[in-house]
Amino acid sequence: MTTATASKGRDRKTGASAMLPDDTLLGWLRDLVLIREFEIRTMQAYSNAQIGGFCHVYNGQEAVVVGTFAATIKDDPIITAYRDHGHALARGMDPKACMAEMFGKTTGCAKGKGGSMHMFDRPNNLFGGHGIVSAQTPLGAGLAFATKYENEVLGEGEKRISLCFLGDGALNQGALHEAMNLAGIFSLPVIYIVENNGYSMGTAIHRGTTMSDKLEAKAAAYGIESLTIEDGMDVCAIYDKFKPFADACRRDQKPGFVDLKTYRYQGHSMSDPQKYRSKDEVGSYQELDPILTLKGQLIEDRGCLTEEDFKAMQKEVRAIVREAVKFAENSPSPDPRTELYSDVFTDPLPNSSPSGPYTHGEANHLTRGDA
Amino acid sequence: MTTAMIETTRQIQYREALREAMSEEMRADKRVFLLGEEVAEYNGAYKISQGMLDEFGPKRIIDSPISENGFAGLGIAAAMHGLRPIIEFMSWSFSLVAADQILNNAPKMLYMSGGQWGCPIVFRGNDGAGGQLASTHSWCVEGLFANVPGMHMAIPSCPYDAKGLLKTAIRCNDPVFFLESERMLGDKGPVPEEEYTIPFGEAILRAEGDDCTLVSFGRPVNFCIEAMVELAKEEISCDVLDMRTIRPLDIDSIVRSVKKTGRLVVVDQSWPFASPATEVITQVCERAFDYLDHQPVRVNSDDVPTPYAKELEQAYLPHKGKIIEAVKSTLGLV
Repeated sequence: MTTATASKGRDRKTGASAMLPDDTLLGWLRDLVLIREFEIRTMQAYSNAQIGGFCHVYNGQEAVVVGTFAATIKDDPIITAYRDHGHALARGMDPKACMAEMFGKTTGCAKGKGGSMHMFDRPNNLFGGHGIVSAQTPLGAGLAFATKYENEVLGEGEKRISLCFLGDGALNQGALHEAMNLAGIFSLPVIYIVENNGYSMGTAIHRGTTMSDKLEAKAAAYGIESLTIEDGMDVCAIYDKFKPFADACRRDQKPGFVDLKTYRYQGHSMSDPQKYRSKDEVGSYQELDPILTLKGQLIEDRGCLTEEDFKAMQKEVRAIVREAVKFAENSPSPDPRTELYSDVFTDPLPNSSPSGPYTHGEANHLTRGDA
Repeated sequence: MTTAMIETTRQIQYREALREAMSEEMRADKRVFLLGEEVAEYNGAYKISQGMLDEFGPKRIIDSPISENGFAGLGIAAAMHGLRPIIEFMSWSFSLVAADQILNNAPKMLYMSGGQWGCPIVFRGNDGAGGQLASTHSWCVEGLFANVPGMHMAIPSCPYDAKGLLKTAIRCNDPVFFLESERMLGDKGPVPEEEYTIPFGEAILRAEGDDCTLVSFGRPVNFCIEAMVELAKEEISCDVLDMRTIRPLDIDSIVRSVKKTGRLVVVDQSWPFASPATEVITQVCERAFDYLDHQPVRVNSDDVPTPYAKELEQAYLPHKGKIIEAVKSTLGLV
């Protein structure tokens, strides 16, 4: 069993987050609340069979994306695994497009062709949402390769970093180790962020992963500098440690590896009976809840938030999420006559398939900006 | 379908044709780069990229460690981000360890993302038996990979096509699986100096005849031509259709020829079960069944792992003798 670790020895007055204006941190809190409220609705919709397939919710892990994204610029590519709703929302995807995607509607971010595990958002440089464990890790190296190539060979763009998120289960896939070796050899500015929630599905990390209490050793094997964030339920703690680390990766155009300890409140997926962990364990982490933690900091340390303000924020966010559900419910389902054979090829050619001609896809709702 | 090729007296090797295609496209577009094992300092495991490091430098001709899954995925995301990667597999046999990336990611990305990100990437390398390389190194991946929607598959049979098809592949906005043949890398053929490209999905008629339609892809096209020459001595004439691409498949040209000859032999170096040959035959049956005077016949590699011994390997692969026999069987002569 894992145990919750509270913030220790960190001075909130000197961290990078302490230098940020109140509005920025209030924005973080709103993002945390948005993801939480969104996922509550996701679970409801899944129970109502409005969402199908596999569905993995983010409750408990919200601080990870909010704290790390705060250290990025918009042109930094982001890629992640299948527990991706939080990444989409924190990166700026319209909640309507995210919910509609899970409902399998044409107004979804992938026109209902991807579902819960495949959140893609071109305007916000979110390169998915990937369903195969660790398949996104070579892609993360490729995104970093591209930004570096564009910068050095084409003379385009500024120095960027790519964030590649993975679960602790992905640590044991060969793809990650090939990707980290490539990132090390080519000095690619990709940061592999392990969202270490302690379990790959139902397998506790020490049962499946060697050196599970010292994951930085894996990065060291590939010549990659690493960072361990123990208090990964605390968004300010994440930012304080991650920001200087990310800045160094950006400046030196080199890779990084982060063991970010977090916790998921819900099961692996919506069909997980969770017999592998105790309610006490879950409860111990809920005491460190990222929303309560940041809310407390803003009320007590900064004095920029009141209970009433927070309730108003919750109310506003709940209305947005309710609206997203309503939007998804009322959006049209894809018409197989036009949607089944579109978006297979950018430039469809005749005689590519015996079952029917491929067609050009309609412009995407996100890229068109009307989600 | 086409019969036109640009006339020239210049003869170059298949590997040189591939190199010219890559180099010309890299000069024209700085987004194009070549990445693979031994492509740079070693000058190419098969000397295809010889001299390219000197011209383009190490940022664009990139030696990769032996990590097919890793570097295939790296290329895919680079393509999504706007670059034009050429990813060389020393052998397509080694692509099997990259199956998740090349089958799950490259051809599905546009669809999964609802049209947001395509994947303009070329995967290329040696396909098919190389000469006593035994089971694991002799893959004809066309049978396996042609099943997957979302990519084009080109398979040139001569230097002229190697260059023209590869240039098209590099310019293509969708993923291309480009299947070369180690056994043909040293073959010389006419390749003009001037710029040309070959469109995907248009077969070329290598020989014209009335008795039987021979359809093939890649290296076995040359065996079909050998068989056609032998058969001509017995006054049996064949259309020989070199498909150039497996996907798209120029079924219209095949059907047109079958309507003329009434007979079809498909020669395909992959295994017979669920192969490109079976796909051609199925589509012909769907579209020209009433024109067939004899059931279509396929000539594939035998349905066993590729053997090492020379005699066994020769017996296993499609060759002139098997093709002649197949054509004669459609004419009731054997």
